Amino acid sequence: MSEDQLSRVFAALADPTRRDIVARLAIRDATVSQLAAPYNVSIQAVSKHLKVLEDAGLVSRGHDAQRRPRHLEAEVFDMMTAWIERYRRQAEERYRRLDAVLAAMDDGEPFSREPTNNQGAAS
Amino acid sequence: MSTNATHQAGTRETTIEADPNLPTIRIIRDFDAPPEKVFRAWIEPDLVAQWLGPKSTEIRIDEWNARTGGNYHYAAVRDGEEVAAFYGSFHEVRPHERLVQTFTWEGMPDGVSLETMTFEDLGNGRTRTIGLSVVENLEGRDAIMASGMEVGVYEGYEKLDALLAQG
Repeated sequence: MSEDQLSRVFAALADPTRRDIVARLAIRDATVSQLAAPYNVSIQAVSKHLKVLEDAGLVSRGHDAQRRPRHLEAEVFDMMTAWIERYRRQAEERYRRLDAVLAAMDDGEPFSREPTNNQGAAS
Repeated sequence: MSTNATHQAGTRETTIEADPNLPTIRIIRDFDAPPEKVFRAWIEPDLVAQWLGPKSTEIRIDEWNARTGGNYHYAAVRDGEEVAAFYGSFHEVRPHERLVQTFTWEGMPDGVSLETMTFEDLGNGRTRTIGLSVVENLEGRDAIMASGMEVGVYEGYEKLDALLAQG
């Protein structure tokens, strides 16, 4: 997933109505009018929300030309999870270097500015 | 992906929380050291330089005046070239408990986040750090998370990419 698409996914899910639409599409496909029914808003407003979700790749349109049921692209969520995992791993790498720094402080050794990428050696 | 330090890591892997409603990132991590020691590693520039920043880059700390009202400026340097620079102020330095900083990446000078680091004493010589970043809006938060891929852990990602390519 590109960063642009990821930003669109985050932005799309920042809205409570769109999250609600996603939650309902997770249960089953639905048409625009079915999706609009529980909300006190126009079909056009729901269509706008759906457009944002479609641009983010979260929702697609079915092939039935009459009804165009909307479908949730669940795998996009898996990709987003993987992307956040990358960010988490980056923080974890940084903190493992801090582990090594803390371990070196334990030993009472003078602090050096040498790279401490080799965490294992410091324990 | 990286497993070289897991023998001492136990069950304290970093946790990330990115709230879909709030422009925040929360990073939680436990350390095998008391709060006094962890706090020192955050405020003494010689120690900070050893762990802050991406793995493959050297950190050049120009200023690190970790006192309430103090300031900092540092750069990530790779192959003698500055790849990114950051600055901000220390809003509050409360020894062994709390560190509040502003944070700006010079590549996005209008962006500023508020970073609150809390050091929780877990007893038995252990500490939980909770880092909360608050940015201006969700787009800014997402940009920060995305930018981590550019200045992030190159080697780790290259290995990951190779693994994924083998698919």
